[in-house]
Amino acid sequence: MSSSGASSAQPDEGLDHSGGWTGAVRRYALRTLPPEKLLPDSQPAYMASWIYVFGVLTVSSLVVVVATGCVLALEGPGWWHASSVGKYVNSLHLWSVELFMFVMVIHLWGKFFMAAWRGRRAMTWMTGAVCFLASIGTAFTGYLVQQNFDSQWISGQAKDGLNSVGIGAWFNVLDFGQMLMWHIVLLPLVLGLLTAWHVLLVRRRGIVPPIDAVTPHPGEQSAASEARP
Amino acid sequence: MTVTRAHGALAAPIDLNHTGHYVHWGVVQISVANLVVIGLMVLVFVAAVLLPFPKGRGRR
Repeated sequence: MSSSGASSAQPDEGLDHSGGWTGAVRRYALRTLPPEKLLPDSQPAYMASWIYVFGVLTVSSLVVVVATGCVLALEGPGWWHASSVGKYVNSLHLWSVELFMFVMVIHLWGKFFMAAWRGRRAMTWMTGAVCFLASIGTAFTGYLVQQNFDSQWISGQAKDGLNSVGIGAWFNVLDFGQMLMWHIVLLPLVLGLLTAWHVLLVRRRGIVPPIDAVTPHPGEQSAASEARP
Repeated sequence: MTVTRAHGALAAPIDLNHTGHYVHWGVVQISVANLVVIGLMVLVFVAAVLLPFPKGRGRR
C-alpha cells in the first residue's frame, strides 16, 4: 500500500496488499520460509552428530521406495513376477522399504530422547509421528498386494481384527483391488504430503538443539518465534 | 538352518524355506528375524550417539 503525497513514512507503509490471493500467498511463503531458511548453507555445530543423519536417510530411502514403486507401476505384475530385472526392481522396492523403516525408527528414537518437540516444534513432531503411522499402513497394504501366499495369509489374519473395529467395509483387506489403490494412490499421497510438510517445518523451525545446548545465534530462536502465523 | 551347496555363493545366508523360529516369553512372542532387526536398530542407535562425527566445513 503506497501513501500518496505524504512526506513522512507511515508505520504500515511497507505493507504490500497488492496481487490478490496469489500475492498474499507469496508474501506469506516468503515471510514464513525465506530462501535462507528454506535452503540454508550452514547449520549449527551441534548438528555434527551421526544421530542427525537419520532424518535425511529416511527421506533418501523414501525416494528409492517411490521411484522403484513407479517403475513397478509402469511395467506391471507380469514383469515384476517373471523377468529377472522385474524381480530385481521388486526386491529393491522391498529392501528400500526395510531400510526406510529401519532408519525412520532410529530417527524417531533420536528425536524422542532429544525431546524434539521443544521450541515451537510440536507440529514437526506430530507430522513425523503421523508419517510413521502412514508408513506402517502403506507397508501393510504393500504386503497385502504381493500376490502370493504370504499376502493371502496376512490378509486372512488381519480381516477379523479390522472388521472388529468396524472399518472392514471401506478397508477390506481381502479386496485386492482396493488394497492396491490404498497402496499406490491414497497412502503414498498422504505420506508424500505429510513428509513435505514435515521437512518444511524442520526448515522453518530449524533442527532441534540437544538438551541444554547453547544456541549459537539466539536470533535463530527469536526468528522462529517471529515466524509464527 | 542349512545352506545348500547347490546354490553356492548365491544362496541366502539363512535358509528361508521352512517355518520361522520364534522366541516365547510369557505372552510375548516374536520371531527371531524381527528380534535381530530390533537388536540391530538398537546397536546402530547407540553407535550414532557415541561415535564421533567427522569434522566438516561450513558449520558455525
